[in-house]
Amino acid sequence: MPQVTLTVNGKTSTVEVEGRTLLVELLREKLRLTGTHVGCDTSQCGACVVHVNGDSVKSCTMLALQADGANVTTIEGLAKPDGTLHPMQEAFREYHALQCGFCTPGMVMSAIDLVQKHPQGLSEKEIREGLEGNLCRCTGYHNIVKAIAAAQEVMHGRRSELASAAE
Amino acid sequence: MNVVTPFEGIGASVKRKEDLRFLSGRGQYTDDINRPGQAYAYILRSPHAHAKITSIDTAAAAAMPGVLAVFTGADTAALGSIPCGWQIHNKDGSPMAEPRHPMLAEGKVRHVGDQVAVVIAESRAQAKDAAEAIAVEYEVLPAAATMEAAQAPGAPQVHEGVAGNICYDWHIGDKAVNDAAFAAAAKVVTFETTNNRLVPNAMEPRAAIGEYDATTGDYTLYTTSQNPHVIRLLMGAFVLQIPESKLRVVAPDVGGGFGSKIYHYAEEAIVTWAAGKLGRPVKWTAERTESFMSDAHGRDHVTKCSLALDANGKFLGLRVHTQANMGAYLSTFAPCVPTYLYATLLAGVYTTPTIYCEVKAVFTNTVPVDAYRGAGRPEATYLLERLVDIAAAETGIDRIEIRRRNFIPNDAFPYQTPVALQYDSGDYTATLDAALKAADWAGFEGRRAEAAKRGKLRGIGCSTYLEACGIAPSAVVGSLGARAGLYEVGTIRVHPTGSVTVLTGAHSHGQGHETTFAQLVADRLGVSVAQVDVVHGDTAKVPFGMGTYGSRSLAVGGSAMVKAMDKIVAKGKKIAAHLMEASVEDIEFERGTFRVAGTDRTKSLAEISLAAYVPHNYPIEELEPGLEETAFYDPKNFTYPGGCHIAEVEIDPDTGHVQVVNFTAVDDVGRVINPMIVEGQVQGGVAQGIGQALLENCVYDASGQLLSGSMADYCLPRAEDLPAVGVATHTTLCTHNPLGVKGCGEVGAIGSPPAVMNAVVDALKSYGVRHIEMPATPPKIWGIIHAARPAMAAE
Repeated sequence: MPQVTLTVNGKTSTVEVEGRTLLVELLREKLRLTGTHVGCDTSQCGACVVHVNGDSVKSCTMLALQADGANVTTIEGLAKPDGTLHPMQEAFREYHALQCGFCTPGMVMSAIDLVQKHPQGLSEKEIREGLEGNLCRCTGYHNIVKAIAAAQEVMHGRRSELASAAE
Repeated sequence: MNVVTPFEGIGASVKRKEDLRFLSGRGQYTDDINRPGQAYAYILRSPHAHAKITSIDTAAAAAMPGVLAVFTGADTAALGSIPCGWQIHNKDGSPMAEPRHPMLAEGKVRHVGDQVAVVIAESRAQAKDAAEAIAVEYEVLPAAATMEAAQAPGAPQVHEGVAGNICYDWHIGDKAVNDAAFAAAAKVVTFETTNNRLVPNAMEPRAAIGEYDATTGDYTLYTTSQNPHVIRLLMGAFVLQIPESKLRVVAPDVGGGFGSKIYHYAEEAIVTWAAGKLGRPVKWTAERTESFMSDAHGRDHVTKCSLALDANGKFLGLRVHTQANMGAYLSTFAPCVPTYLYATLLAGVYTTPTIYCEVKAVFTNTVPVDAYRGAGRPEATYLLERLVDIAAAETGIDRIEIRRRNFIPNDAFPYQTPVALQYDSGDYTATLDAALKAADWAGFEGRRAEAAKRGKLRGIGCSTYLEACGIAPSAVVGSLGARAGLYEVGTIRVHPTGSVTVLTGAHSHGQGHETTFAQLVADRLGVSVAQVDVVHGDTAKVPFGMGTYGSRSLAVGGSAMVKAMDKIVAKGKKIAAHLMEASVEDIEFERGTFRVAGTDRTKSLAEISLAAYVPHNYPIEELEPGLEETAFYDPKNFTYPGGCHIAEVEIDPDTGHVQVVNFTAVDDVGRVINPMIVEGQVQGGVAQGIGQALLENCVYDASGQLLSGSMADYCLPRAEDLPAVGVATHTTLCTHNPLGVKGCGEVGAIGSPPAVMNAVVDALKSYGVRHIEMPATPPKIWGIIHAARPAMAAE
């Protein structure tokens, strides 16, 4: 069976996979990183989004072998070792941007990449368009959009602390 | 000393306790669980809507690498039928048709996706590979793909012995009184509509793991369920004949339900039974394609209705004839959805004195249909609120004014409707007025004119709706056909050092119960939210429960907790009286402190609980040690949330695209425990309602093939399809539960579809449009506009 070596959340692993094994299957079943979810089989829902070499990728759309040598970050790798949440995670909590939590890991990973790639800032409309690849069935996106708008201010250093939802 | 900050109790937008694990990837959904020695099941499903199975050859599959077993209907034929939990009776009093629903097909398949065989192998991939090697010979039969086809002369029979494919023919109301009202009417408005079939699409696909312990004979089922105790009852007692004491059902973190995870599904029984056969845990996880063809669908009504009015626009009577699609088998609660959750809601917020409704439930060769967010109430609200708008247009009375003229007045509560329900409270004028103001209804014509300058057609629409939640009491629902009680159970366990565990039979799959319920305890027992842990979803931990659906968790489950806390306080007072050498009658309890009235002598809840568990100084002769109480709460009535939703849309006439540009919801959900969570529930419900109105449609072709069978084909709302949703509440208290709460989980999906469609029709009124069927997709709207344009140009 072929082997793939990759670094996930800072830890390098070598694992045997079938040629057809998807990256998401490697993460969930071989590395037991079950924070990354599978919500569909047509690459529509985005629950499986992770970062591969700094870009958001639907991990159900990529073969594990394609990730050989890659640096992967999953939802489990976002918080600091002391448990401090990433500003996007913190914003999702502050703005009630999650309900059942199933789309949340992919949504957070997509949102971080979206914000990072738009240092000039995103309008509400641009955030909505930027979430085109992620489905949420619980929230109606209202609070997800608000959370991302608030998080980008912290991520780009325009605010030192997250604006409170009550503001 | 426990001190509760006032911001954590009832009415505070406390941040959710469950969020940290979900945000850091530490949620435990069923597919995240892996049991030692676990094998994997893959289910071979029917590619045909209707066919006889002439042979199945599993030999090649059984010989494939890693395959442990292959089972077909022949192996499970001696087991019970997947049961139905609600029996409806026909007009003549005879019971509905209730054909067998096998775990695995027995000689015949009845819908695309019907389970034909299961392969169990060492890996998911091996099981799936082997399933392809099963040779099934089908004799394809003509399909009854629609209700019309199922009722045509000579129609294919979905089930032998169910004449004409009619499950039941039911009615409610006094037909003679209704006929007389129509005979006396100054005006009758009629309307026909289809309530589009929807696929719930919770983001987490269904999954199940069965496990068997040969040492003890105990079975465990991990499953994506909204109600684990009900699954234990249905599967244990009716399908597999496993007593409750030998069957544990765990519903861990569940990624959304919206109704689709209420029901007992065949896959749960298959993995549990197979685990016993193999002596190994067996895991099954649906692929999304399987979800589309095996999760219960929602809605799918075809309705003709008429409204009789007097010369002043007062409603005199409502007559409704509905056909409701049951699909190929009866899902757990399917029969009650188009009857007691639908026809009983047809009074809405209006004083209509007579209502007569006939409902024919029809079997078709499609996926079973059952409750989906709102369940019957969205269908009733949609037809009523469209009908009222049409009546307004045809009588020339303003749409708001005709509603006001017919509202149940505030002094009429308790209000008995002609369709069985008795509303306890509401203020429909207040919610309407608040919504009109928040949406700037008065300023709309200015916005319409401004949009017209940009070449856009702008419309506004409202719905004034009412729904019924917390379905109960048990004795009443039993008389209407429910085969279960509809109470809820709560246990409050105060630990020796004062922290609290709440055990609830309700189940959280996104609703934030761990927070809301902790707030209830914080408010009443004076502990902090952080000191309260809520346990749900495990029949081995929670005494009993009926689960979460029908917006019942707080109204019924929360009330059970209040009842249990009352018992805690009563016992605590006796302990406090003993410790402080006072009489029980003199002990007051407030915010975690027991006090001898009129003195500064106090004991904290923690001191009392420590005394209860370390009973050195304790009234042991008259009181048992410990501080834990359980209560069953059986409500006296439904609760009746209601309100007003207003949608404003813009249509691009060149593309037919409809965009909801403003949405305002003012809902009366009773007392609000956590406003942040309530707003989120309403916003999510509205999103699903807008989805139904504009985007979502489950489509079968004439042969019964599912055309909208993936997320690439079925249009779920994405962020850019939806507006920001403004939510406000106006509270009248429920009069019969101790919290005054009504429920907020479904209001969004109930009030919003007619508001959106009324707005779409309003936007197109210059084109002479009377009604548009959901979903209002761009091709449909473009077609309407372009069909009308030549005629308009000629005028």
